[in-house]
Amino acid sequence: MGRVVIILCLWAGAATAAEDLDKRTAALAEELRCLVCQNQTLAESNAPLAVDLRNQMREQLAKGASEREVREFMVARYGDFVLYKPPFKASTAALWLGPFALLLIGIVLLVRRVRRPRAPEPALSSAERERAAKLLE
Amino acid sequence: MKKLWLPLGFIGLIVLLGVGLTLNPRQVPSPLIGKAAPPFELPRLDQPAQTFTQKEMLGNVWVLNVWASWCPPCLVEHPVVTELAKSVPVVGLNYKDAREDALPWLARNGNPYQLSVYDASGRIAIDYGVYGVPETYVIDRKGVIRYKHIGPLTPEVAQKKLAPLVKELRGG
Repeated sequence: MGRVVIILCLWAGAATAAEDLDKRTAALAEELRCLVCQNQTLAESNAPLAVDLRNQMREQLAKGASEREVREFMVARYGDFVLYKPPFKASTAALWLGPFALLLIGIVLLVRRVRRPRAPEPALSSAERERAAKLLE
Repeated sequence: MKKLWLPLGFIGLIVLLGVGLTLNPRQVPSPLIGKAAPPFELPRLDQPAQTFTQKEMLGNVWVLNVWASWCPPCLVEHPVVTELAKSVPVVGLNYKDAREDALPWLARNGNPYQLSVYDASGRIAIDYGVYGVPETYVIDRKGVIRYKHIGPLTPEVAQKKLAPLVKELRGG
């Protein structure tokens, strides 16, 4: 009886460990690009290479590798391009800062336009004023 | 002067997008250029009992060509590889293939390879950052990857890029 309980416990433990591993693999695959179908993540893609890479990632996690190590493994082979969130460096500065720079330019243009003094209303001569008054009657 | 801003900005945008159109998003720059070729020890395609490692090529300028019998572009580039193999040793990395398909493929189309190694699981290919067969690497005497071509080799690439590079690497 005791033995059965131990086996059941071990089995349950193994099952949750496997589930945990699946979850970690899936989470990691979400942030990596599939190189075969480039607008999909490794998690979404069913390309044979994506399946292989997911298996490989899972295996490494099972061996005790950290998420960071697996990410580094992928970058060493496929470059920063595999990361959907590329690191900030000189070559990616435009990518990270560009949108903020455009926003800033937009704000500056907007402020300048709003602050621009309005053109003064054209003065009317007395003849025009009379004509306008007549029209409005 | 102020009126010029809008068309200038527009032209700038067009130029930027135009340049973007000419770039090929499939040509992912490989981080492996300038690094040592990842080590492998794989069974030979023709002799399963024998293994081959990249170390055996040390001291030679050589080409590693990733191919598979199920890959149509590999057949397209095959004449180019055959021509290339006349001037530089080409080792084949048979990728996720089956021996009973790969060997007849070579028998049918000719075997330009010094030898092919058999990577049935595709594991070594992952180490080389392969994501679309065929891919071709030029490796120097010290075992460092100097060039990578993704997709089928064209006669142009072979003559204008690979041949001069091999010559240069041999000279140096």
